[in-house]
Parts: sequence; C-alpha cells; structure tokens
Amino acid sequence: MESEQIRELVDIPNGVASRSIFVDEELYRQELKQIFGRGWLMVGHESQVPEPDDFMLSRMGEESVILTRDRQGELHVLLNSCRHRGMKVCRFDKGNTRLFTCPYHAWSYTTDGSLVERAGDLFGVPGWKTHYHEALDKKEWGLISVAQMRNYKGTIWATWDIDAPPLEEYLGSFKLWLDSALNSRSGEEGGSTVLVGVQKWRVKCNWKFAPTNFIGDAAHAVSHKSVNLANISPSGSGRRDQRAKGHYAFGWPDLGHGGLGFTPRPEEEWEQGSVFGRFPEVSEYFREVFEKRKVERAGETHYQGKGTIFPNTSFHEDQPRTIIVHHPNGPEETEFWRYYLVDADAPEFVKDTLRHYFMTYSGPGGMTEQDDLENWLYASDASKGMIARQFPYNYQQGLGYSEPFDGYPGSVWCGYRETEQNQLIFLKRWSEFMQGWNWDELMHRSTHPDYVPFPLKAGENVEEVR
Amino acid sequence: MSMASTDRVGVEEALRLQFEIEQLYAREAHLLDERRFEQWLDLFADDFMFRVPIAQNVAFNALEEEYLEDALAISWIHDDKPTMAKRVEQIRTGVHWAEEPLSRTVHLVSNVLIDVVESDDDGPLELDVKSGVLSYRHRLTDQEDTVVGRRHDRLRRIDDVWLISGRTLYISQTVYLGSSFSHFI
Ligand code: FES
Ligand SMILES: [Fe+2]
Repeated sequence: MESEQIRELVDIPNGVASRSIFVDEELYRQELKQIFGRGWLMVGHESQVPEPDDFMLSRMGEESVILTRDRQGELHVLLNSCRHRGMKVCRFDKGNTRLFTCPYHAWSYTTDGSLVERAGDLFGVPGWKTHYHEALDKKEWGLISVAQMRNYKGTIWATWDIDAPPLEEYLGSFKLWLDSALNSRSGEEGGSTVLVGVQKWRVKCNWKFAPTNFIGDAAHAVSHKSVNLANISPSGSGRRDQRAKGHYAFGWPDLGHGGLGFTPRPEEEWEQGSVFGRFPEVSEYFREVFEKRKVERAGETHYQGKGTIFPNTSFHEDQPRTIIVHHPNGPEETEFWRYYLVDADAPEFVKDTLRHYFMTYSGPGGMTEQDDLENWLYASDASKGMIARQFPYNYQQGLGYSEPFDGYPGSVWCGYRETEQNQLIFLKRWSEFMQGWNWDELMHRSTHPDYVPFPLKAGENVEEVR
Repeated sequence: MSMASTDRVGVEEALRLQFEIEQLYAREAHLLDERRFEQWLDLFADDFMFRVPIAQNVAFNALEEEYLEDALAISWIHDDKPTMAKRVEQIRTGVHWAEEPLSRTVHLVSNVLIDVVESDDDGPLELDVKSGVLSYRHRLTDQEDTVVGRRHDRLRRIDDVWLISGRTLYISQTVYLGSSFSHFI
C-alpha cells in the first residue's frame, strides 16, 4: 500500500481508524518490515541465560532468534536461520552450547570469541577444502546478528535497524514507568528478575489489540466484571488490591507509548496502602520494604505506571508485575509471551505468593486475562468481513481534551483515566512507521511534511508537548 | 515407596481398586462435561494442588529439564482448591465472557495405572495413579481445541472415600494453541 493510502487509515483529528489496519494481509506484510524490522523489540531476560554458552530461543516479530551468552560473557541475538539454505540451526527452547550445527548440511556456527572474530560466525563447513576449494569466505556467511542490542536492567532488547536511536531515547520519559517495573520495590535500580518459565500461547486476534488495550484502556471494566465478583485479589476483594490515589492515563504522542500511571510525587508521600491482606507475612514484608523505601529515597520523586512500549511490549509494574510481548503471527493470530517479575532478593514465600497470584490473574489460565483474550479474538473475527471492514473503529473518548503534562516530559493527559488518547497515540505512531518515515522524522529531529499534531485542548500548544 | 498394585495387594484387590479408580475418573469426567462443577470440587481433598507445568524443547541429554517443575517456576496453572472454587464461582457469574456461553467439553481418561503407596488393615490408603487424558472443547461456532496430557494423581482414602489430593498434568504443547484455559482441562 502506498504511503498516501496508509496516511488515510488513521484519522487523528477525528479519532477514527480503518479496520483494515487490523485485518488486512498486505498491511500486515508491511508491518513486519516497517515496524518489526525497525522498532525496539524485547527479546528476553538476562537471567534466562546466566552461564557462558547458555542460550534460549526467542522471537522478534515472526523471526526466530537465539539469545545467547558467549564464553566471554557477552550477550548476542542471532537470527535462527542457516545461511546455507535456511534451516533452523537451533530447535531447542534452551540449552548450553557454543556451537550451533545445522541439521541439514552441517554448517556450524560458533559464539566462541577465541575461534571466530564475531559471535555467530561460520566455523565449520563440510568439504570446505575439498569441495569448496577454500573459496567460500566464512566471514561473509555467519549467522545474521541484530543491528543493536541493549541490556536494560536485565531485560534484553534488540532492533534490526542500525539507524534506530538508542533504546533510552526511543523510550523517552516513558522509561520512568519501565523503571517502576524493573527497579526493586525498595527503590533500588534494577534488582528485579523473571521467574523461570515463559507462558507462550496463541490467540486468533490481530497483534495490535493487546498493545492498544494495555496502553491504557480504562473503559473495559465490564470485561473483568466476573473476576471482580470472584474476588481473587490478595486482599480478598476485587481482582487486585486497592491502588494509591491519583491514577490517570498518560500518553507520549511523539513516541507512541502510553499507559495508566500515577502523577509524580515525593517518595515520602507515596501511599502503597495495605496489600496482600490474605497473606499476613507477605503483607508485613511489603510494609517493611516500603518503609525502607521512604527513608532511603527521601527527597526523590516517585514515578509509577504500566503500559505499552511501541510496538509490541506491554508491562504491569505491580499486581501482577509482568511483561508481555505480542508477537505477530499472521494478520489474524498473535503469539503472546508472558514473563513474570519479582525482586531477586525477595524471600521465597513472597515469591511463591506472588507467583500463585500472577498465574490466577494473567496468562491463558489467568482469570482476568482470559476475558481480554476472548474480546480480542472475537473483535478480530467480526472485523474481517468485507462489509464489516468498511467501517472504522472509534477512538473519540476524551478527544480534544488532552493537555501537556509537565511531570512527564513529552506526555499528555486528560486529567482522568477514561480517555482513548493513548490508543490514538499508538495508531499515530503506527501510521508514521508505516509511511516509512526516517529516524530523524520519527524522532522529530526534523519534521515530516505529513506530520499531524496530536489534537489538544483548545489553546494548548503542541510544541510544549515535545 | 510405591510398587505395582498386584505385588502389594493381590489380583483380586488390584482389580477392585482398578474398578473403583476408573469409576472415579469416569464420574469426574461426566461431572465436568455436564457442568456440575460444584460437585466436581467435592472429589478433591482440602489440601489439593493442581499443577500444569510448562514444557520446553530440550536436547536428548537434558530431558529432565523438559517440564518446569521447580518450586518457584511459572506453570500454566498452579491452583489450590480455593482457587479452583473461585474459577467455578467466576463461571457462575454469567459474565465470564471466555466461558459465556459455556464451552462444550468432553474428557476422555484412559491408561489408568495404579501404585499403592500406603495401606492399613482395611486396605490401600494412598495411591499414585497415572493416566492419560484427552480434553476436547468446542465453543461458539468454530473454536475447537484439544489438550492431551499425562496425568499424575495422588489419591487418599478418607472415611472409605477416595479423594484426589494432588494432580500434575503434563500437557504436550510448548506453545499453547487453544487461546485460554477458561475451561477445566
Ligand atoms: S541449510 Fe544449513 S547447512 Fe544447509
Ligand atoms: Fe483487561
């Protein structure tokens, strides 16, 4: 599809977007290139490959990739496809090796820096002397590596685009919320780890339903009515414990990220509230941790929130503390990967209580997530008909009521939670990537001729948002 | 220590036990498939734990790591009995969209192999039971999935009634293909 046609799919000023974005095969193919070929994608967590030569399989979009640690301790992300004729060089979800030998014609690749120049280089080729006559340049035919990789507080991110900005710049001040998930509860930098085991499952829905839900859809409470009635929360009331006050939707119109979070406030004023009432020892543990946090971080600012990092990573910073990656698997299917976060130094009984709560809340067995999955599945299904796809989706809730919010540079809010500004912000970003903007334009170092400012409340200047 | 039931209790007793346990499993399957979930819960001991560990593809020499069963590993499901009761309660609200309308399920249980773990003068007290389960569901118009697994149960005799006191279900899928476990597998 040409970029003029793509531009028309998302009508930001009117708050509507074409359904073809969610059902069209051709657009999906373009997404794999323009979005998944360029954006920062989460690949895994360093704790999944703790030892030299450890590896795990992951995905970036539809591509199979290997996350591995070499003998020298460095992490690498390599495309899991043999350079000879494409066979997967690795079909184990995890393991320990420095030599990936292709099962087809036995080309082998190594990550050992003492044997090859670059991790993933071609090492052994049967008949290299006798049949290739030493003419095959092994350095030219190593496994494809990602263009950039970043270990951010234990989470591993990668992009295929050498021109993509550093991850921190890509995140902007939305990073403060990712920090609120990855920093320990006591406020120390990092300090979190993932529990062993990633839940991976497929749902017949377009991949964008999940990120646009997790970006802050405060209006879908009815989806979760049943789990609220069943009272699965650690306090025994509702589906999670009581939240602190001041919880709103914030979006980053120039970056495509957003979520639900709290207005920044001095650490001393952060009220965690009583949590885990059904588990007194766990409750006591968290009370102590938050007391400690108040003392140690006195004078600092408390930032906290959850949401979506464009394009396909979403996270919850608390209750349940988790990261989910929405891997596209065809226009009508998504493969979800859910990771669960805990403080590495939390006592076992705390981790175990959290673990049980996480599994009853999220994932395919999660009493909350199941109802989201059902909605995404049948929304996708009912949107693909030739009649149905002619009518746009509506994102008008709160339209024209967004204002710049200084507490998070680059963000906007409406002063309440029930707004669809964040979904529009995601689609705005989607459109910019899909139109093929270059990184200067995407990062707003220069202005693309088709730049559409995000609609703000009358009188607010868009330049202030930047 | 467990041993083959015939070694421990003799053929006649083993046959009787086999019959009792297979009847119990048949009853369980029918209770589930007839959506008599509250009665189904009565088949479990109060300290019952249900775990569905995640499987991963591993090399031939690392098969002991194929299923993630460490105490702190994430599973597909790891429920105690009160949590299972919450799931039933959620379905009964009538607004649990993933199960409203309810899925139609059929559970087939076979390959039942019983080991007597402990006995007293009145006979076996505690059993390890392996079985194979095929859990089929259909929902709405064209949503269909099948979970097949190997089941390891622990059963305990209390007041002359067999209660299921533990269950691990080893499902074959590494990536679950059925959208969600909103039904009881
Ligand atoms: S495809 Fe890998 S060696 Fe031929
Ligand atoms: Fe939800």
